[in-house]
Amino acid sequence: MAFVDVLGNSQLSGMDWLNAELSTGTTIMAAEYNGGVVIGADSRTTTGSYIANRVTDKLTRVTDHIYCCRSGSAADTQAIADIVNYHLEFQKVEMNEEPLVETAAKIFQELVYSYRSSLTAGIIVAGWDRRKGGQVYCVPLGGMCVREKITIGGSGSGFIYGFVDSGYKENMSKEECIKFVSKAVSLAMDRDGSSGGVIRIGVIDGKSPEIERRVICEDKFGSL
Amino acid sequence: MSSIGTGYDLSASQFSPDGRVFQVEYAQKAVENSGTAIALRGKDGVVFAVEKLVTSKLYEPGTNKRIFTIDRHVGMAVAGLIADARQLAENARSEAASYRSQYGNPIPLKYLNDRVSMYIHAYTLYSAVRPFGSSLILGTYDPDDGPQMYMIDPSGVSYGYFGCAIGKAKQAAKTEIEKVKLGDLTCQELVKEAARVIYLVHDELKDKHFELELSWVGKHTDGLHVKVPKNVQEEAEKSAKAALEEESDSEEDI
Repeated sequence: MAFVDVLGNSQLSGMDWLNAELSTGTTIMAAEYNGGVVIGADSRTTTGSYIANRVTDKLTRVTDHIYCCRSGSAADTQAIADIVNYHLEFQKVEMNEEPLVETAAKIFQELVYSYRSSLTAGIIVAGWDRRKGGQVYCVPLGGMCVREKITIGGSGSGFIYGFVDSGYKENMSKEECIKFVSKAVSLAMDRDGSSGGVIRIGVIDGKSPEIERRVICEDKFGSL
Repeated sequence: MSSIGTGYDLSASQFSPDGRVFQVEYAQKAVENSGTAIALRGKDGVVFAVEKLVTSKLYEPGTNKRIFTIDRHVGMAVAGLIADARQLAENARSEAASYRSQYGNPIPLKYLNDRVSMYIHAYTLYSAVRPFGSSLILGTYDPDDGPQMYMIDPSGVSYGYFGCAIGKAKQAAKTEIEKVKLGDLTCQELVKEAARVIYLVHDELKDKHFELELSWVGKHTDGLHVKVPKNVQEEAEKSAKAALEEESDSEEDI
């Protein structure tokens, strides 16, 4: 880059986004309810302080009934999601059956763990399968993998642990769960500078062949 | 045998003019020289039974077992060359273990069967190798999908079964198994049937001594493949012997 001083420091202060990694300072979330899972995310992608995309979709398909919520480096998480998608599509053909959520989570873990020194990826895997129904797995930075009823991730999650811990109930109805997740994500977006834009919600159950999606714009946050 | 002297039976990699691979057929003959192995698939599990022929009184009891555990949830009974079967057991075990470590859950039997079948089949394709001289029966129980069972022969062909028999007396055993209402019976009931069939098809005159091996995998074992407990085995053998007695008595009446 031009404008470098004698010490090698960039003179383009305030323009750090030129060099910074494209990453999703994020709020993501997934929760089990009585018939499946609800996943949620904000839509902000930043390069430093610059908002590279304000309508990002961080809810990424790996199979029809398994999705992941991505946080960390956009490039890393997209690449991982693509690889997992490849593995699961292959497995689906080989077994003639929909892959299990557990299997997806395990493959995410294997990748995140094997390349933990070079990746920045915090991923939530959520979906539905015929064996264990709706499931949520959390695969954070080092490559751990653990099943949880509800999990949150990304920089925004730090602001809503209390809300989530006190508000989450098992066996909620679908609408109840959607409401809870939307509220939690909106609270995080209010306080976290790197989260914002719209709320994206996804519902995965065993009944519908595809994910059900919703988008909540900022003007509706007040009524959540 | 029409194959001998034609030169078409020397290699597994060559067809005969009428489209047969004699080396594979010879391998199937090798299976028919061994003691009978059967497996029954009931409503809540699979029961394995093997007639393990003991050719000398000097052998220690319980050696050369012919029922293997492939993974916690998968059992395998074999007939044919025991050393070949052990290699197949090892192959099946590594397939099961690698599936578990890659995908984090137990290998589905359908998939294990595909993989082991492919492995066996590969040994019918090349001149540098001989086919495996063993047939396998694989069985499992799954809480969602229920009991499952497959048999693979030396050609690498496999089918799913409700009841099947391999080895020396497979014909007699199949006839006997066909009379059993497999779908209605539980493992507890099947284990008696299995013991009875093995005792029935055992040829006292040709093979004097044998050990009965029994194992099962089902709902009652929590989906784990385990040896049948000692007391159940004894009970099953007792009722098998009693059934035999009864049969021979009724024959005398006529």
